[in-house]
Amino acid sequence: MSSLIIPAVLSGLMMGAVYALVALGLTLIYGVLHIINFAHGSLLMLALYAAYFLWYHLGIDPYLAIPIVLPVFFALGYALQRGLIAPMSSGSEQNVLLITLAVSMIVDNLALYFWTSNTRTADIAYAYDTVEVLGAFLPLGRVIAFCAALAVAPLLWCFMAYTRTGSAIRAVAIEKRGAELVGIDVNHTYAVCFGIGTACVALAACLLLPTFYITPQVGYTFVLVAFTTVVLGGMGSLPGALIAGLLLGVIESLCGLFLGESLGQIGIFLAFILILLFKPSGLLGRAR
Amino acid sequence: MKSQSIGQIALAAAAVAYLIGVYFASSPVWMGFTINALVIAVIAMSWNITGGFGGLSSFGHAALFGTGAYASAVLQVNYGVSAWIGFAAGILAGAAMGAFIGALAFRYGLRGSYFALVTLAFAEVLRICASSFAFTGGGSGLQLKLAPGLANLQFADRTVVYTALLVVVAAVMALTALIKYSRFGAYLIAVRENEDAARALGIDTYRIKVQAMAISGAFGGLAGVLYLQLWLFIDSTVVYGSGISIEALIGPIIGGAGTVWGPLLGTLGLHLLGEGAKHLLPNAPGLNFVLYAVVLICALRFLPQGLVGLAGKIGASKKKKESGDA
Repeated sequence: MSSLIIPAVLSGLMMGAVYALVALGLTLIYGVLHIINFAHGSLLMLALYAAYFLWYHLGIDPYLAIPIVLPVFFALGYALQRGLIAPMSSGSEQNVLLITLAVSMIVDNLALYFWTSNTRTADIAYAYDTVEVLGAFLPLGRVIAFCAALAVAPLLWCFMAYTRTGSAIRAVAIEKRGAELVGIDVNHTYAVCFGIGTACVALAACLLLPTFYITPQVGYTFVLVAFTTVVLGGMGSLPGALIAGLLLGVIESLCGLFLGESLGQIGIFLAFILILLFKPSGLLGRAR
Repeated sequence: MKSQSIGQIALAAAAVAYLIGVYFASSPVWMGFTINALVIAVIAMSWNITGGFGGLSSFGHAALFGTGAYASAVLQVNYGVSAWIGFAAGILAGAAMGAFIGALAFRYGLRGSYFALVTLAFAEVLRICASSFAFTGGGSGLQLKLAPGLANLQFADRTVVYTALLVVVAAVMALTALIKYSRFGAYLIAVRENEDAARALGIDTYRIKVQAMAISGAFGGLAGVLYLQLWLFIDSTVVYGSGISIEALIGPIIGGAGTVWGPLLGTLGLHLLGEGAKHLLPNAPGLNFVLYAVVLICALRFLPQGLVGLAGKIGASKKKKESGDA
């Protein structure tokens, strides 16, 4: 059995890194805007299709597509927050939740209409080359995603801690009116934050594409896992999201090993319910 | 009891006129379509109890819908229990599931977005369980034997089905009105408006919220059972799916959350819109959901009290306008 556990844990860690990347964007948006972005999964799906079509029509490698997809999705997130969510929500938390839900319904169903429910995969030759780690054979694509997630989380943290924009974002998160008084453009800062969160999702999509399938429903699978990651890590905590993502990847992988493939995700959702009930502030979150 | 404005009375009258008109419609399509809408209206009314009156926005009402449907189906298929007992069991199972989710969530003081997420997670766990275990039929779902007759709660005649559904819907709306104007309803609305103040006044807010979830669960279970008896087939991706959860909340919000007529008006209106779109663009699955979403965004921005609130402004008496009540 132990010969199976180590590979399961490792492949769980690889998947967990992608969960962490998706959750980084979500936790950033939550931590600053205090909103739960239901459309996060749909934006991931959209980014996956963007990267896929760049590869399919123009032959651009998903990793090389990062500098194209990232800015586009930053702009998309910025526009979404500034143009739709902020003006339409009248500032109520529940309305924001519902509007992002509506956005996800629109995006998912339009994707279904235009791109049909066919499952697509990008056949990138080297993605399934295996790398041997501790006796386990892991797909190269997953290992790259893992390393990227480990690199991006601290980068994002440094950005928030040391840059002027990062300080502005943190200021707005702590005290909106005070930030406004010292001359920070709050609406702009909110939108920048939403844009960065969306860019994280685009990055996750480019890293995910070589070893994952795409359907219009793929976002839904991820959005629930991402919520769990955010709650487990402590809403708004970047290091928390990284640790929680890795942990959940391992939980899913081990549940799949012991309970059967179809029940793999149940571990994640049970963990989600238990955390929400017993420790809603999460691993590294501040007590509410 | 507060007086209704002319606009609200006209809106309700239009809905009733439509529901009666369906009997005389030239095409059977109208009745079939309205039957579906009425089943959804019941789950919308279930959401309205907690989401509308209590301000407890659930994103996973499919958990209640599916539990009712599966409870009845498992009893009928695996144990040969009569459909009537299955019917009652479905309602009870829904209520129990509602109370269970509520008890867990409110015990730990979950509110707002946290409550929305935990209900969503429950629906998802139940969906995966139902699609994995043998006694729930696994991934292939459960099918009832076709045996029309009153004893089996199956009717070959669509008109009978429709009439029965109208009676059920009227009963649920009457119960909703009873709840709204009861002491319990007043407590529940107090919880929505300001929970801390309600507790300070001596209301046991935890108990009120769990009771509301149980009532909502009973209605939700009822909707699930109606769905089962209508289609004679359930599967986990539908009855525990996000589509049901979304339809449960979108109808009341557009119709008017926390009103007696809102869920019915919202659901009927949306389904008419979706059906119309289907005729214009026949090969566009999911287009109705795009429309629903657009309507939802507009409603959140421009109709904070839904259709009922909008109608309330038409021909409202002066006193009503001053109090700003809808």
